[in-house]
Amino acid sequence: MASSSDNEEVRVLGKWASPFSNRIDLALKLKGVPYKYSEEDLANKSLDLLKYNPVHKKVPVLVHNGNSIAESLVILEYIDEVWNNNNNHAFLPQDPYHRALARFWCKTLDDKILPAIWNACWSDEKGREKAVEEALEALKILQDELKDKKFFGGETIGLVDIAANFIGYWVSILQEIAGLELLTIEKFPKLYEWSQEYINHPVIKEGLPPRDELFAFFKASAKK
Amino acid sequence: MGEVKLIGTHQSFPCARIEWGLKIKGVEYEYLKEDLSNKSDLLIESNPVHKKVPVLIHKGNPIAESLVILEYIDETWKDNNAHSLLPQNPYERALARFWAKFIDEKCVISVWGACVAQEGEEKEKAVEGAIETLSHLEKQIKGKKFFGGEKIGYLDIVAGWLSYWLSVLEELGEIELVNAERFPCLHEWGKNFINTSPIKDCIPPREDVLAYFSFGINYVRSMAPNKA
Repeated sequence: MASSSDNEEVRVLGKWASPFSNRIDLALKLKGVPYKYSEEDLANKSLDLLKYNPVHKKVPVLVHNGNSIAESLVILEYIDEVWNNNNNHAFLPQDPYHRALARFWCKTLDDKILPAIWNACWSDEKGREKAVEEALEALKILQDELKDKKFFGGETIGLVDIAANFIGYWVSILQEIAGLELLTIEKFPKLYEWSQEYINHPVIKEGLPPRDELFAFFKASAKK
Repeated sequence: MGEVKLIGTHQSFPCARIEWGLKIKGVEYEYLKEDLSNKSDLLIESNPVHKKVPVLIHKGNPIAESLVILEYIDETWKDNNAHSLLPQNPYERALARFWAKFIDEKCVISVWGACVAQEGEEKEKAVEGAIETLSHLEKQIKGKKFFGGEKIGYLDIVAGWLSYWLSVLEELGEIELVNAERFPCLHEWGKNFINTSPIKDCIPPREDVLAYFSFGINYVRSMAPNKA
């Protein structure tokens, strides 16, 4: 349940098909924080978007009590710090070393792992082999980090799990469209198992966009 | 002693960030100098994912990525007389993290791009882009002595390369980005920052930074496709 700050207005400017935007939906739902969502058309940016994220003009943006924050990982940590009483689900552990590890993996997801998979799914014939090799290498290092844990956060969903929504959900759709086999039960059994736990988690399940709509959206992009 | 080790190279500004953070907190550490052309087993074991410096090793636990290490330092050594690196208020912390990401991504890339670009329209455009990026920082520092307020904080440490490494890049790239006319507040901040202890106690000799960047710039230029 939300903490004492639940009378303060929380707004999210996002895009339903974007995993970065979706991270914020998942985080607020896990914390039980009600919020107002506005869908942004990036080809026709709203005045609010330009006002709340003048530097990058991108989504997601969180607006809390009139204060705006951009960059999904920055927003996630803010959400974790503000809604942090015992009833709220904590995304980061208390211990500084494990907090550092979580931050390291979030950064590595965004800097290395997501780009490698994205590139492989959109690569042309020429670059395909190398791109796929790099994507598989990236998934391997992620699986090595998971080890035998149920979630990256341990028994419960943590910061890295939220940040890895692209891996848990988007990858299966994109690889199907691209005709690739990247995250499969044969190649990465532990990571695959994690993805199934993830998408069936009661809160996560409600927070992810519908599969068929997401499939149609990316399939249409692939045709362009 | 022996509890805190830093694997790094002196010319690298991400490594300098860690020294600044540790010194501000009054933490003793052992500096393990790394030869990046011949990476040590310790580096590869401690940072198998990226194999890069800096890496902080505390009680045998390795941590990589300079921004992550800075937050770790701030959270671990918080009872000393030394002040906090990050603000206490969650919104201000979020802003500091936002700007740190901006500096580490947009600024570094645009400045590097402006230096590497060779003459002509491409260079002009790259320089314009770098100036536009840096103008955001000018706005952020206006009216403040440091990004952290009265004392050096996390964002000052992250932006610290602008106070010294930048001038080397400008020289190599034959450009001028930050000067007193264009960015008076950022220029002033840079002078204050680099002349404050403990910052000034751990900056590498200019000729080492020159050699380090020179190698990098020439390499990148040699890889660029030939223009018809």
